[in-house]
Amino acid sequence: MGTTFKESIHQAVNNANLTGALGAFSEAYKVNRARAYEGIDFEELRGRIAELKGNAAAHLDQLAEQFTRNAEARGAKVFRTSDPAAVREYILKVAQEGGVTRIAKSKSMATEEIHLNPYLEKAGIEAGETDLGEWIIQLAGQTPSHMVMPAIHMTRQEVAELFSKEVNERLSSDIPRLVKVAREQLRPLFLEAEMGISGANIAVAETGSIVLMTNEGNARLVTTLPRIHVAVVGIEKLVAQYGDVATILKALPRSATAQLLTSYVSIISGPTPNDDGSQKELHIILMDNRRSEMAADPQFRQALQCIRCASCLNVCPIFRLVGGHVFGKVYTGGIGTILTAWFDELKKTEDIQGLCIQCGACKDVCPGKIDIPELIMEIRRRLVKEQGLPLMQQAIYSVVNNRRLFHGMLRAASLAAKPFTSGGFLRHLPLFLADLTDKRSLPAIAAEPFRDRFRKIKQPPCKEKAAFYAGCLIDFAYPEMGEALISILNKAGIEVVFPDEQTCCGAPARYSGAYEVAAGNAMDNIKALLAQEVQYVVSACPTCTVALQHEFIRDFESLGQTERLPRARELSARTVDFSTLVKQLVDEGRLTLQEGQQLGAITYHDSCHLKRTLQVSQQPRELLEKAGYALTEMFECDTCCGMGGSYSMKLPEISGPILQRKLHNIRQTGAPVVAMDCPGCVMQIRGGFDQAEGGVQVKHTVELLAEQVKG
Amino acid sequence: MFEQFKSKAEGVSAEVHRFATRFGALEFIIGFLQGEGVADRPGSYAIWAACPFLEGIERQSLQQFAGLKLEVTRELAAAAKIGISQMDWALADTGTLAGDSSRLDGRLASTLTGIHIALVPTSGILPDMPTLLTRLHPDASNYIAMITGPSRTADIERVLTIGVHGPSRLVIVFCDELGGTE
Repeated sequence: MGTTFKESIHQAVNNANLTGALGAFSEAYKVNRARAYEGIDFEELRGRIAELKGNAAAHLDQLAEQFTRNAEARGAKVFRTSDPAAVREYILKVAQEGGVTRIAKSKSMATEEIHLNPYLEKAGIEAGETDLGEWIIQLAGQTPSHMVMPAIHMTRQEVAELFSKEVNERLSSDIPRLVKVAREQLRPLFLEAEMGISGANIAVAETGSIVLMTNEGNARLVTTLPRIHVAVVGIEKLVAQYGDVATILKALPRSATAQLLTSYVSIISGPTPNDDGSQKELHIILMDNRRSEMAADPQFRQALQCIRCASCLNVCPIFRLVGGHVFGKVYTGGIGTILTAWFDELKKTEDIQGLCIQCGACKDVCPGKIDIPELIMEIRRRLVKEQGLPLMQQAIYSVVNNRRLFHGMLRAASLAAKPFTSGGFLRHLPLFLADLTDKRSLPAIAAEPFRDRFRKIKQPPCKEKAAFYAGCLIDFAYPEMGEALISILNKAGIEVVFPDEQTCCGAPARYSGAYEVAAGNAMDNIKALLAQEVQYVVSACPTCTVALQHEFIRDFESLGQTERLPRARELSARTVDFSTLVKQLVDEGRLTLQEGQQLGAITYHDSCHLKRTLQVSQQPRELLEKAGYALTEMFECDTCCGMGGSYSMKLPEISGPILQRKLHNIRQTGAPVVAMDCPGCVMQIRGGFDQAEGGVQVKHTVELLAEQVKG
Repeated sequence: MFEQFKSKAEGVSAEVHRFATRFGALEFIIGFLQGEGVADRPGSYAIWAACPFLEGIERQSLQQFAGLKLEVTRELAAAAKIGISQMDWALADTGTLAGDSSRLDGRLASTLTGIHIALVPTSGILPDMPTLLTRLHPDASNYIAMITGPSRTADIERVLTIGVHGPSRLVIVFCDELGGTE
């Protein structure tokens, strides 16, 4: 990671204005968004959007042609190009031919993408932004920090300062007064500009229409007052049919700002009269800039389903800490990382792709049904392919991929007094982090790993067998969790076997884009876990479960290793996470929990992979309640704890504040115990409470249930 | 559907009134203008864009009303306090007004002024946008406009503030007698 990038993160997380504003916004957003979608089947709606946008992306060329034909038939001039420079030149030519000296702009990310304003200004033409947020950052000489709320990082005092300079008058920081000043200052621009430039939220091929939405009314003025209107439209805005407009407008304002509809929507389908009786000159520029290439890419095609609502930013636990500027100058957040990789260049995302903690919160709310975390993983993979892994990481993975060496080193580490304060590889191993004990303690490596303890466990004779996949953390840091799991399953008549040859699930390599390394881990584990006949392969680590159930298959698919797929699918079918299996056993009457217990209050933290990939959230809650705990839900129970495997090591300045927020939310419930299903989360949260006042007991569900199962 | 519309529109700070007759609506508007202290000087007058509602009314009697102008130019609109125009449709599920706004005068009166009074035939209330799109097609209109509440922004510290570039008040006047657009 570059030092300037690290520096920009440092500045952002220490900017109280920014984190305060974004934090408050993200909290309010979740509540308001839910209210805006009340009575609407979001899954059904986004299914329709994904389908109509997906179809459009598959027929971009055809739709662009149809749009051009229809818009021109209605009197618009359509210019289609793939080249950003050609867009700039075209606009300048139209301006010069029309004697334009001033341009009024309503918000357009496409013009930000091609850096239009400085180009026009160099040619002596004033291009003034009219969206209040855009105008503020234009006056401040900054770039937008959020796609929908460009100036969210600035305080009213800073805005008052800027406006005071502009009007040569000392203004107070009263917001209604500041808004009034903006209205008065921008009114002459609307009335005097000879050209208006807008973007478009939707372009309809069937009718040659463009759709514009604003709350302030500036797009209405920009498309009404100046005699020339130029709309710059990325071709991903194309939809096939007029009726599609209603579908997108149902989701876009709800997802963007939690509104049922923006104050103003304009559907423009041709020139309208000017006040001198002439017809408006309407130019529509269909800009490609690598969008067609994106559409031809089987992985990235889905990114064209984006309707630019920015909800992926609003729910992102990272974005609300660092804001947009860390991401670059144009597109920000999760989808912004993907768009930057294409519209700018892959290399530009080298640092920012690392900001994603892979928690999956954005995927849950995306109205275009885009798997944003997966596409960011794909960016990682392609970066690794293009540039190779850093040497240190290569060395680490060569160790992780050699089970004997890996496990041998872990054992050796447990013997040393301060095992991780020195030494080459181990301190860099993703799970055991030496230099990061700031605000979080790390677990000691167990004196005796689970694999050794296992041999001493006596199990009763059982009818069924399950293979236990421990994963590194339970094996080497929390062996007691593995023992608890065995005691529970034994009571259900299931013998637990521990295939010794199992090794790392490959997550550290996979989440860094090193798919070949991950596939090597996958192969070793499949061989080990399918070596003997078992009914279940059970894991108490959701990240490992996701690997066994989903990622091994994907690793092989993405590497074209189809011959390995049948065995990977066989393992997937047998794999189950701990809570799901136990819930099933309780439901079948094979396990019974103690009755009539009053164990006190408890709160539950949803681990990202369990909740959003495995879709498991009720099972552990029901089990804990059945056992006699009184569940008190915490605020943001399914927001990431900031662990993210090696993330907390690479970006401690981000992981730290995310953890602090989680600790705060847990404390607020007043419950003395917090349960969770992931040893990684246990490590992060237990470590956090260990260094903080007012400790709360942090337990894996398996530990809590082991004490409450009868028999 | 009127009640649903009313509650949704009021939810976004619009004001909603309903009258059985044109006369009732007109009486309300005149009273409103008087209440706002409309007068024939810049910043204080009202403009009324040509619309079907006006067709059944004696223009002369209205023209005698000081501070009310029945012509709309950009210069007049830019200095008007109140703009009156007619919208064809209303969407019950979002509290939205909609209509063909290809004509410039209606757009100027509803965008540049401080207060927008929108006349709407009560029969123009539709359940939702998909229904609207079956009634109002680009073949018949180069500029389809929708208005949901007054102009607003939250760009400074996310504080909702009404009236940025457009009107700070939207007064919706339904008239049962106005008849449908069809």
